Amino acid sequence: MTTACPACAASPMAQEIAMGPALQFSIPDVHCAACIGKIERGLASVRGVQDVRVNLSLKRLSVTGAAAAPRILDALADLGYDAFPLDPEALGRSQDLVGRRLLTRMAVAGFAMMNVMLLSVAVWSGASDATRDLFHLISAAIALPVVAYSAQPFFQNAWSALRVRRLNMDVPISLAIILAAGMSLYETLNSGPHAYFDAALSLTFFLLIGRYMDHQTRSAARSAAKELTALETHSATRVDGNTFETVPVAQVAVGDILQVASGARVPVDGILLSDDALMDRAFLTGESAAVNAQKDDLLQAGEINLAAPLRLRATAVGEDTTLRRMAALVETAENGRNAYTALADRAAQVYAPAVHLLALVAFLGWLVATGDVRHSLNIAIAVLIITCPCALGLAVPAVSTAAISRLFSAGFLVKHATALERLAEVDHVVFDKTGTLTKPAVVDIAALNETEKSVGLALAQASDHPLSRAFATALAGVGAADLDDVREMPGLGVQGRWSGKDVQLGRGSWLGASFDGLGLKVGAGPATAIEAAETVRPGVKEAVADLGLPAEIVSGDAPAPAQRIADALGLPVLAQARPEQKLARLEALKAQGHQVLMVGDGLNDTAALASAHASLAPSSALEASRSAADIVLLKDSFEDLPMVLRVARATQKLSRQNFSIATVYNLIAVPIALAGFATPLAAALAMSFSSITVLANSQRMRSVK
Amino acid sequence: MNVLVILIPVSLILGGLGLAAFLWSVRSDQYDDDKGNAARILLDD
Repeated sequence: MTTACPACAASPMAQEIAMGPALQFSIPDVHCAACIGKIERGLASVRGVQDVRVNLSLKRLSVTGAAAAPRILDALADLGYDAFPLDPEALGRSQDLVGRRLLTRMAVAGFAMMNVMLLSVAVWSGASDATRDLFHLISAAIALPVVAYSAQPFFQNAWSALRVRRLNMDVPISLAIILAAGMSLYETLNSGPHAYFDAALSLTFFLLIGRYMDHQTRSAARSAAKELTALETHSATRVDGNTFETVPVAQVAVGDILQVASGARVPVDGILLSDDALMDRAFLTGESAAVNAQKDDLLQAGEINLAAPLRLRATAVGEDTTLRRMAALVETAENGRNAYTALADRAAQVYAPAVHLLALVAFLGWLVATGDVRHSLNIAIAVLIITCPCALGLAVPAVSTAAISRLFSAGFLVKHATALERLAEVDHVVFDKTGTLTKPAVVDIAALNETEKSVGLALAQASDHPLSRAFATALAGVGAADLDDVREMPGLGVQGRWSGKDVQLGRGSWLGASFDGLGLKVGAGPATAIEAAETVRPGVKEAVADLGLPAEIVSGDAPAPAQRIADALGLPVLAQARPEQKLARLEALKAQGHQVLMVGDGLNDTAALASAHASLAPSSALEASRSAADIVLLKDSFEDLPMVLRVARATQKLSRQNFSIATVYNLIAVPIALAGFATPLAAALAMSFSSITVLANSQRMRSVK
Repeated sequence: MNVLVILIPVSLILGGLGLAAFLWSVRSDQYDDDKGNAARILLDD
């Protein structure tokens, strides 16, 4: 914990001291003690920052104080960390009460199990008569209230399944726990030799471990989705006469005049009021080139304003915007995915009826053979306890928890509970191009000579436009030329005079050139295009080469740029694909029996992302695409993509192995129980051994590279 | 066997203390950042 400004107390500046709500950032690259120290010390010196705290487990940073988010992002960029601001409102409600309650129940069950086990060991090693009965009574006094408290999650789940006349894994679990505790109480009161209190408690304890892991996995998925909501535009600038007012997007009404700053996203659909504008529609259509819009053109929510601040009149707001309509489409497509049955559920569907049947057969068999109801019941309960899926309850959660934390530390957020299982089945990969395989248009200075570079830098420094700033950054290290009469022409570019010649940096159309993007013109010569074709995202080449699966590109972009990237990567390409065509391509692959992984970021990909067997989106993607994707990549590089597939396959393999271990143990233990030789000691040993073997086997996930 | 009258309550009380300590640590948010806490002991400040 570092305090930012010790002097604040001495010189109270109201604004600096005012405690704003804590700002939250996601920092995917933070991974070690050195990072924590660097970030906390580095940010402490930022003006207005009061308190900085890095959470390494969540890779999250929280900052209190009056510092604005952009200033902190700049400071983080200087320190060398990419960060994404998070929506504190969405995070604020995320106090994990369910997880905490599970942890408490688990601790209570563990405490009781150890104490009862202590007493049971005495009974197993020969305590008899009054001592044994006393120990059983004390065990009952500990076990019964603890079972009633700790096993509630199982009872509730079992009850809600039974109420709709279905069976789930919690039904045999609850039955085993209740019957074991009940029969043990009966035996204790009648001075019987065997009591299963320790079995009832260790069953509860081990299964709560599995339940807690399962919950952690799921809540990680939920918070992943929540975390990223903050990347979206949530406010708009409303113009009323001469006053500007920042309002939440939800409050914008049809007919409102809105101002969109340069570099900002258009918040709602509207008609352009400014004379013209340069828009980036890559997110919506996949086109990599900027698009010219004229007055009265329709702008769609989600486009980025590349040129001067523009004004628009809102024509559709809230749920009516194109963006939301697309998101609604995605939700429908997602329902199909939710129908996917997880491996654990498939196992439960077979297992639960089998266990009940076996216990019933044991009871009836012994009843017919001996006519002794109490003895038959004891054996049936021993069968239930022994077959009770302790290891089965741990088999999947232990593996997927290990896999998800493995992926998280590599920069992947797994959002969907069954994502890993579906990912393991993938045998074909479809990539989107713009924004996914490539990074947004960058500035290419290769075509410029030294004179042009220094003139260009001088012009770029005169403007705050995002493209000018990117250009100036690319030219770092070049000496700026001396210009006279520099003027910024809003929406067009910057012009000036250099050694008697007119020089201009701005939009192609303004320079009289044939392209739309940024260009530089010195004197009367032809304009040079500076806004380069996009570059391939780092790691893509390695990832594609290492994938080992057939892959292809389906892009909304024009054939030429799409073909160029496809050639560079050696992949087949389908260009100028509209969203429906992307979807159709996926359907065609599905019809051929392929299970497709879709990797995409744009709004034009969302339908495809939602309908693919599994999907992945980079964190720079639109909210709609991110929420449609199963996995979000937080880092810039695609290098680890093949690792995700390997981890998914290993998850599948280890889960299956765990099921096999549980089955083998049942094959050995069930005949013993059926034959009536099972003692509480045998049940306790078998249960602990199988659970620990399964947990240990799951840890092999760490070695997956 | 009379020693059991003392030993059993003692074992229960000791276990109960451990349980109480664990519940306290859960309630005071000490499991929110286990990786970070492990790394922080390496920091000087």
